Amino acid sequence: MNIELILFGAFALLTLLSAGMVIFARSPINSAMALVSTFFFLAGLYVLLWAHTVAVLQVLVYAGAIMVLFLFVIMLLNLSESPSRGKPTLARILGGAATVGLLVVLGIALSKLPAGPPPSMGIEAQATFGTMATLGQVIFTQWLLPFEAVSLLLLVAIVGAVVVAKSRI
Amino acid sequence: MVPISYYLLLAAALFCMGMFGVLVRRNALVVFMCVELMLNAANLTFLAFARMHGDSIGHVSAFFVIAVAAAEAAIGLAIVIAVFRSRGSILVEDIRTMKH
Repeated sequence: MNIELILFGAFALLTLLSAGMVIFARSPINSAMALVSTFFFLAGLYVLLWAHTVAVLQVLVYAGAIMVLFLFVIMLLNLSESPSRGKPTLARILGGAATVGLLVVLGIALSKLPAGPPPSMGIEAQATFGTMATLGQVIFTQWLLPFEAVSLLLLVAIVGAVVVAKSRI
Repeated sequence: MVPISYYLLLAAALFCMGMFGVLVRRNALVVFMCVELMLNAANLTFLAFARMHGDSIGHVSAFFVIAVAAAEAAIGLAIVIAVFRSRGSILVEDIRTMKH
């Protein structure tokens, strides 16, 4: 029982608990708050996977920017408390059954993977894996065109959001 | 060392929870949040495989997923605001103009 396994177990349990709160919370505000904590625990899991840069991006972009956007919209719409959760219709029962079926299939498929620890890396590979410098080098050499395409996508998204949400141009 | 299959099982569970929320919840905002959960499950899978193969491509993919999720949130929330302004409700059961 080493410290990494304990940390993984704690983060995994807390992630699943927060995700359950996102789904089952009554008001959207509570869902959003649970989603923020889910993102933080997932960032911890990313650090355990040596993806430090992605963990930082997770906290900055997801838990910061996207969640602020969500909270802003929730406050703007000023929703009244949602009424009852509604009766279990046929569509909901089928949805739950489909989810359980997918989980079973995925679990069977993933349990066939080798269960051993991940391959160990050399000292110099450990020092560079997942750092900002390595990621930047890969993005700006092999993946430069997709990177620029993503910046164009974000520009289009900004303009589109303004056009859609504005009442009168 | 934690086996990679633990991470993959956790990602599968997270994805299924997101899918359950998308299928069952009525509030469009909560449906969006559950889509974010599913995207994060995909990210966790990418990063687990990147760790398994010692390759940075998984990190690049996760970076692109985060960027696309930001764009999706901006557009989706703008659509939610527009729908709420014209219909007065964001319950997905009330929005069925395009059904049939």
